[in-house]
Amino acid sequence: MSSDKSSQSGLVVKVSGPLVVAEKMSGAKMYDVVRVGTQNLLGEVISLAGERASIQVYEETGGIGPGDPVTQTREPLSVELGPGLIGSFYDGVQRPLDALQAEAGDFITRGIDVPALDRKKRWEFKPLRKAGDKVGPGDWLGEVEETVLVRHRVMVPPGVEGELVRIESGGFTIDETVAVVKTESGERELKMAQRWPVRRPRPHRRKLPPDEPLVTGQRIIDAFFPIARGGTACVPGPFGSGKTVIQHQFAKWSDAEIIVFVGCGERGNEMTDVLLEFPKLLDPKSGEPLMKRTVLVANTSNMPVAAREASVYTGITLAEYYRDMGYSVAIQADSTSRWAEAMREISGRLEEMPGEEGYPAYLASRVAEFYERAGRVVCLGTGPDGKEQEGALSVVGSVSPPGGDLNDPVVQATLRVVKVFWSLEDRLAFQRHFPAISWLNSYSLYSETLRAALVRLADEEFVSDAAEAMGLLEKEAELEEIVRLVGRDSLSAGDRLVLEVARSLREDFLHQNAFHEVDTYTSMKKQALMLDAILQFYRQARAALDRGRDIADIEQLAVRERIGRLKYLTEEEAEAGAARVREEIEQQLAGGEK
Amino acid sequence: MIREYQTVVSVAGPLVLVEGVSGVKYQELVRLSLPSGESRRGQVLEVEGDRALVQVFEGTSGIDVPETKVRFLARGIMVGLSPEMPGRVFDGLGRPRDGGPEIIPEREADIYGAPINPYAREYPDEFIQTGVSAIDGLNTMVRGQKLPLFSASGLPHNRLAAQVVRQAQVPGAESGFAVVFGAMGITYEEAEYFIRDFTESGALERTVLFLNLADEPAIERIATPRTALTCAEYLAFEQGLHVLVVLTDMTNYCEALREISAARKEIPGRRGFPGYLYTDLSSLYERCGRIKGKPGSITMMPVLTMPEDDKTHPIPDLTGYITEGQIILSRAMHRRGIAPPIDVLPSLSRLKDKGIGEGKTRADHADLFNQLYACYARGKEAEELEVILGSAALSEMDRRYLRFAHDFEKRYIAQGEQENRSVTETLDLGWELLAIFPRSELKRVRDAWLDKYHKERGQGGEGE
Repeated sequence: MSSDKSSQSGLVVKVSGPLVVAEKMSGAKMYDVVRVGTQNLLGEVISLAGERASIQVYEETGGIGPGDPVTQTREPLSVELGPGLIGSFYDGVQRPLDALQAEAGDFITRGIDVPALDRKKRWEFKPLRKAGDKVGPGDWLGEVEETVLVRHRVMVPPGVEGELVRIESGGFTIDETVAVVKTESGERELKMAQRWPVRRPRPHRRKLPPDEPLVTGQRIIDAFFPIARGGTACVPGPFGSGKTVIQHQFAKWSDAEIIVFVGCGERGNEMTDVLLEFPKLLDPKSGEPLMKRTVLVANTSNMPVAAREASVYTGITLAEYYRDMGYSVAIQADSTSRWAEAMREISGRLEEMPGEEGYPAYLASRVAEFYERAGRVVCLGTGPDGKEQEGALSVVGSVSPPGGDLNDPVVQATLRVVKVFWSLEDRLAFQRHFPAISWLNSYSLYSETLRAALVRLADEEFVSDAAEAMGLLEKEAELEEIVRLVGRDSLSAGDRLVLEVARSLREDFLHQNAFHEVDTYTSMKKQALMLDAILQFYRQARAALDRGRDIADIEQLAVRERIGRLKYLTEEEAEAGAARVREEIEQQLAGGEK
Repeated sequence: MIREYQTVVSVAGPLVLVEGVSGVKYQELVRLSLPSGESRRGQVLEVEGDRALVQVFEGTSGIDVPETKVRFLARGIMVGLSPEMPGRVFDGLGRPRDGGPEIIPEREADIYGAPINPYAREYPDEFIQTGVSAIDGLNTMVRGQKLPLFSASGLPHNRLAAQVVRQAQVPGAESGFAVVFGAMGITYEEAEYFIRDFTESGALERTVLFLNLADEPAIERIATPRTALTCAEYLAFEQGLHVLVVLTDMTNYCEALREISAARKEIPGRRGFPGYLYTDLSSLYERCGRIKGKPGSITMMPVLTMPEDDKTHPIPDLTGYITEGQIILSRAMHRRGIAPPIDVLPSLSRLKDKGIGEGKTRADHADLFNQLYACYARGKEAEELEVILGSAALSEMDRRYLRFAHDFEKRYIAQGEQENRSVTETLDLGWELLAIFPRSELKRVRDAWLDKYHKERGQGGEGE
């Protein structure tokens, strides 16, 4: 048996777009990485038949032809995990785009190999264990201050177990040994970085039910359709309905500790936007730039399609790695439709039998596998004191169905697994009602489990207020039907009040301007105040109506404009502002008939 | 390394299958010599063992099995580039078609280009004044943006595109400006309209035209936008010009792509278009933008006609998912004589937010357009109500909205082809139209701008 690991060479026999077929590939395994042609293009084995392997190539294949060599690396597609990930900007196969530009210029050329993590940077390693300790997979060995916001826990890689023989302290690069473990099969040197195959979920001890909300500062989400830490959500909508803005808002303001943002087959300028904006935006809690808790993965639509397919896996593996350190991590994939289309394109080139809309039959299972990697978990390893750690990974995927049609197979496959559905409507977008999340079609299956936590974060009445508000909005939809048939004047005064209050809910509470410096983020407390003000108005107006006050008069009250302006009050002003509004409601609605 | 074969085994549609070849590479340029002595160009679409599948750009008529010779040229499809290109007319593969001399290329470039590294991009935020209120005021365009026109047969999209080319300017700093015009399958008449308009406005000398007309080989349309964009990249990122690329009509391009896909017997996606249509379109649209440290930029305005005015047809649908917004033309508005018939509600510019405001247009711009949108949308709803219930059923406020929507269309949108409005004129007009509402209705505008610009005129004196 030959023992050489990588020199064995296959030969290209067919090239069709991103798909290359090679022969003489004995020993190749599914999802192994190979290098194609003299330019060493990165590829991955996606099907095997005898010694023939089909390879999806992560770079443009122009200029490749039969007879070109294929080199096997005998390793599955993996990412490098270690300090230095935060703040990075990677392509779909974890090549740092800034380093690519330094190496190759403004356009992405082929066959460039740049390591994912900085080899030269020295990190201050602080041990959390001592020689003689027993350590197992995932256990925290030591800490590195990766950014001001992130203490990077250096963990024992999965599969390594034994007694610490030696552990260092001080400045090290990621290639240097920081600890030695005596395992059953001999001594293992551990470094700060490890590798993990992207298509395999990183292990954890067990999953826990989610019971804490991931607060986003977006009113319609937090109040009506909350997502839990470790939960899953999807945002389907036609183009122009604001999926990307919602994803950006989520990345900016959600209270996750680590954000992994995957731009999958989307616009280049959007990624540039994130890249330029995040270092400037400050996290509302810590006051530090958001970039210090963010990893970006970008495979824009014009970058190779196979790497787009890989990008969501790359992203979620990075996210799981931080989850294993006990963080609450959120990953956003924008857009999962592009990922599914990449799958479809490769599947078509493989001449597989198509399922719905030409998508491969395994679409639904791939989508489900992806979202199942989310969750609140007990981490595999333990902290310094041997205590179990808890981490959470929340996933938000946007879906771009053709024509906004929710029958799209990707939407349907996604809805079967996710728990929160933020349905975007272009009708709302046309009215510039943003976020254009439909309050009638969306849902959150976490509402019940999060009730206690929401009450704690906002106030006693928050959950019941939200339910009452939703009732009014539903009533409005019914009344609109009637108005359309018989006109507004035929409605009872009570119904007219419902319409007015529902309009106020829509315009003053649900509508939120992402580009307004104050309105872009609303704390739970302020949300409760705003909602309360609107409902106070409703209840008191209702009472006034009962006392015989004229509805036309109520519709004209000056306080209604004041309610509408609450959203522009800063967090500090909100309390006093809301109190004043409450007083005015009392005054203007007090007394009997006029 | 140049090899010639006389081993064509089959010809089907735009495709030629050649056997017994060796050393052929994917996407390689191919020259076919016909028995008539004619020469055609093609490109390798797929290669398997000793068989190569070639798409022929200039059509396969006259190609036979026994005698046609196929040469593989060991390079991709290249276009010669030179600063002398503005003012010239080329065919879809970059050969002069204006009777002028061949250009002497400074260098040649592969028309497929390479993706811009997102890290190298500069975010587009410089306001372009098109002089069209419905664009400048509501769907502001910025340098480096791709903003398509969604139109349909019989609508004046060409006139609007020509108006934008004529009027577009960046207020303040002005450096070199060029237009690259790629025509795919448009008629001679349409091409002539653009050329005449460019000549009259003096834009022709800074315009490079790549024409593939309706009666010319359809498969050449695959190359036309790529040739045009390669030229645009050269002018923008090497010559430092601000380039506006107009591509018309993208629907024809997509149909050419479908033709090839069908000839290859690929599994079709929606409406017979290939599953990789999104990827293919993005490889065109994403070539526009700005690059850090380079003075030039590429702004793109692709034009497409929506079959049956259907926005969910795959071509507009996928385009909308890639481009940064869309300007939609409406047949109903066109019928009512509103020119340009821009349907502002579904139109959108995604990049406007960073291109407007203090120092770019005016500080009140963002709030103002939000308010105009909201009011117009409500006015349109009132219009529907009026149709069903009659105007007596409308409340007093609804009637104001109705009146607003009407004025808005007549005065703000319908400005005609010749009027070139500055952005200040556009903004002031917006405030003038909002004067019909009391302050309490204008919730999307912050107090400072209301104090400064809002003067309620109300219904008084207006008369009904």
